Amino acid sequence: MRYLQDIGTYFLMIKEIFRKPTKWSVMKGLILKDIDDLIIGSLGIVAFISFFVGGVVTIQTALNIDNPLIPDYLVGFATRQSVILEFAPTLISIIMAGKMGSFITSSIGTMRVTEQIDALEVMGINSLNYLVFPKFIALILYPFVISISMFLGILGGLAACAYGHYTSVEGYLQGLQEDFDPFHVTYAFIKTLLFAFILASVPSFHGYYMKGGALEVGKASTTAFVWTSVMIIIVNYILTQLLLSS
Amino acid sequence: MIEVKDLHKSFGDAHILKGITTSFEKGKTNLIIGQSGSGKTVFLKCLLGLFPYEQGTISYNGKIFQNLSEDEKRDIRAEIGMVFQGSALFDSMTIAENVMFPLRMFTKLSKSEMEDRVNFVLKRVNLIDAHNKMPSEASGGMQKRVAIARAIVNNPKYLFCDEPNSGLDPKTAIVIDNLIQEITDEYQMTTVINSHDMNSVMEIGEKIVFLKDGYKAWEGSNKTIFKTDNEAVTDFVYSSELFKKVRKMYLEENQ
Repeated sequence: MRYLQDIGTYFLMIKEIFRKPTKWSVMKGLILKDIDDLIIGSLGIVAFISFFVGGVVTIQTALNIDNPLIPDYLVGFATRQSVILEFAPTLISIIMAGKMGSFITSSIGTMRVTEQIDALEVMGINSLNYLVFPKFIALILYPFVISISMFLGILGGLAACAYGHYTSVEGYLQGLQEDFDPFHVTYAFIKTLLFAFILASVPSFHGYYMKGGALEVGKASTTAFVWTSVMIIIVNYILTQLLLSS
Repeated sequence: MIEVKDLHKSFGDAHILKGITTSFEKGKTNLIIGQSGSGKTVFLKCLLGLFPYEQGTISYNGKIFQNLSEDEKRDIRAEIGMVFQGSALFDSMTIAENVMFPLRMFTKLSKSEMEDRVNFVLKRVNLIDAHNKMPSEASGGMQKRVAIARAIVNNPKYLFCDEPNSGLDPKTAIVIDNLIQEITDEYQMTTVINSHDMNSVMEIGEKIVFLKDGYKAWEGSNKTIFKTDNEAVTDFVYSSELFKKVRKMYLEENQ
């Protein structure tokens, strides 16, 4: 019963975010700040993880294919497909559920605990629009983060080939171009945009509606991470079924 | 003026406010007092429209708040200044930005006009050199003064303060009390203060509403509170030996 109530509150929150907008001159600053905190602030960790995981995917693929009948370029092909279809959009989003999600929940939750949200409400400001709407707009740039992840993942694979000699660089590059379907990139970005919506809304919900003190802020961050990850996994499954199964 | 009639508020089965009727006058410091758990904060949050209530009316200058449209409620809220118990300053902004915030949100003043107004109110609360400090760098007393500056920067008609003296030393508490009273008088605001600081009650309580277990048990002023024989009030206000002596002396002098 509580879950049903929470789902209802979540959708009412989404509706409320777009009602009674904050003055544009103020909103502009909030959006830029959230772009800095959420997008620019995530680039470092995304670049690091993507490069090395791309390399590991290449090494694992190369090491597990020892049949001489399987062509050399398959390593590049497998890396490209893994990185574009799943690693960059889904796995990075789950990592971002931890990084961005806990930041969003704890910053909004702390504002709730210290009555800063009440202060906004008393002033007649739509606190949900003021706090959450800029995060939605900032996360429109989330596909940019995922593009960088895709590029660096594939580059990491190339570096592994070049320095680890698991397969030839030429073979890897040929594999990257082999049987390329542009719709796979479209599919990845459709997923990314939906994940961006989940990344902005679910942690905001857990921060905004939390009750209690500092301990509860920590608990809310953990809960937000769990539910954001669960939502991403479920949406990923549904979208894959809908977009790729035909 | 704020008028409250037969206000009832519950949380689930817990009936917190049980039919409160009172009024808060313009240009006066009105105090709501009572023990912890008596319903003071809930009452204040109902007045501010932060908590919906089941029964009764709250009217601002004759306009019943609950019956107003969202736009009309917003207009009234723009006339309200609030000082929260923990100051509730936005910790991502400097002190000057905190004070400027209501101006940025609700006025079309130019940047220099806003800066002038911020300088004026910060000077009014004796915080001239604190513009660029972050709230975390300010002491409790300074934070309260910044919260007061933010609350009055937009020339509000109504000022609400939730425990403005909590966590402050007695000297700073007196400074804050005097500041609130001076501002109320100067700008002819309707000020409502939620407090259980007996010094505030005696010093600035031009009107006092005493709550007990969700009921209004007594109302009067800092003059009449010495003379009342209401047992609930005397038990609460004169619980310390010092205040018992103060009351005895006052009554002897005024016989």
